[in-house]
Amino acid sequence: MSDKPERHAILSGVGQSAIGRRLFRTDLDLTCEAALAAIADAGLRPDDIDGIACYPGPIAAPSGFAGPGIYDVQESLGVDLRWHLSGAEGPAQISPIIHAALAVAGGLCRHALVYRTVTEATAAADTGRLGIGVGSHEIRGFGAFMIPFGAMSAANWLALYARRHMHEFGTTRRHLGLIATTARRHAKYNPKAIYREPMTMDDYLAARMISDPFCLYDCDAPADGSTAVIVSRADAARDLPHAAVRFEAFGTALRARPSWDQWGDITTMAARDAAQQMWSRTDLRPSDVDSAQLYDGFSFLTLAWIEALGFCGKGESGPFVDHGRIDLGGALPLNTWGGQLSGGRLHGFGFVAEAMRQLRGDCGERQVKDCEVVAVGVGGGPVAGCMLLTR
Amino acid sequence: MRACVRRTAGARAGAVVSLFPRPLPALEPYTEAFWRGCRAGRLDMLRCTQCGWIIHPGRPICPRCHGNQLAATTLSGRAHLHSFTVNHKAWFPGQAVPYVIGLVELAEQTGLRLTTNIVNCPLERIAIDMPLRVTFEILNDDVALPLFEPVEDL
Repeated sequence: MSDKPERHAILSGVGQSAIGRRLFRTDLDLTCEAALAAIADAGLRPDDIDGIACYPGPIAAPSGFAGPGIYDVQESLGVDLRWHLSGAEGPAQISPIIHAALAVAGGLCRHALVYRTVTEATAAADTGRLGIGVGSHEIRGFGAFMIPFGAMSAANWLALYARRHMHEFGTTRRHLGLIATTARRHAKYNPKAIYREPMTMDDYLAARMISDPFCLYDCDAPADGSTAVIVSRADAARDLPHAAVRFEAFGTALRARPSWDQWGDITTMAARDAAQQMWSRTDLRPSDVDSAQLYDGFSFLTLAWIEALGFCGKGESGPFVDHGRIDLGGALPLNTWGGQLSGGRLHGFGFVAEAMRQLRGDCGERQVKDCEVVAVGVGGGPVAGCMLLTR
Repeated sequence: MRACVRRTAGARAGAVVSLFPRPLPALEPYTEAFWRGCRAGRLDMLRCTQCGWIIHPGRPICPRCHGNQLAATTLSGRAHLHSFTVNHKAWFPGQAVPYVIGLVELAEQTGLRLTTNIVNCPLERIAIDMPLRVTFEILNDDVALPLFEPVEDL
């Protein structure tokens, strides 16, 4: 593993657009703002960008989900490309970051712009949040076996996972609530977070149910916003205006049936396979991790990621997150930007941005002391990708 | 409180009426037989004639032995409840809530599951591992949905 491709690429820049609930700006406008910020952060000019990638690209999806495709962004920036890619299938939303690193390591391009943009809050301004498939005459593909039964949201699909975990291991709603309330405490120190006002465990437990055991505060907050990062060749690190963030290991494996409801052990997720592969590509161990940025589209997903990454044993994540262990100042500061539950549903890239800022020491009041290794895990159910980042 | 779908008074056994308009599943190459089977009151799935593996959702070949001779087989309709959630949020205007979404494991093969609704069962009686049997909700001339109800009369 001494010459693994991870060694040949770095994260050289990060930028975010305005982030909010109903910005009424276009996805392309937000993406340009984030892209230019990330390019400047890396000490580059737009002309230096010779690769672009994003998740998911133009796909059939509810309004506000997909964001702009890479050709609209290339046109807007007026740049020539040597490599480009988008796609919805792959190791979760960070798939284009991992693939950009491989493209850079393989010499296809030198500085790749990678972004994820959502305008789901503006899209839902008139209707509220609708279920998946609403308005469709017929449901095709895997959704045909879920949506007609009223399982019209990932909230339903993953509530089934959470309930089974509770049944097998004694996990409680209070354990889920620790993910949500801890994230809210951290969001107080993130000026761009959607929800920053305090939330107690009683507030959490009193919230209206969505799909039990998930209440409103177990579900991430739809947001408008774009996050962009620059993946550069490792030899660009010496020209950076700040410390480089390095890729230590990627996790992209998927070993069980790639299905929400046919997945074998629904107390686990694809996170298990991705994490196992990630640790096989590094000499670092879970005990070396200074902070974890773990997907929380729903609170339970974070518990599953904690187990997948080996921070505790199987089934032990509920008790693990108690007693301040995941707080700032705890043994494993978690989702220090507020996660998607409080920071906003930036769909995976918010975790990457925070990991980079923690490793660079840019986090101010929420800075994790001596932060040298951060684990980023993204995705839920049969979808997962993870990275170990270092400075 | 009853789950969202209930048996129609006086209807033939297995018939239910829906309390919310359901999006229709498309009839696709490897799933059409499943939905048409449901419409005929049978739980049919593809089985590999070479190794016996039941394949759901349908595929052109068996993922175990890679044989391509697959034939529809009628299952018992017996299952147990692997997990469930009570959905409280209306996903479109006017949708009646709450209703129970169940993940059931079919008796014939470990890990062979359906996402479905648990019906004809008071919420407080629903429990993981409870034995269930299939019942069908007719949507149109081509399609019915397989729903599940307790084996024991409650």
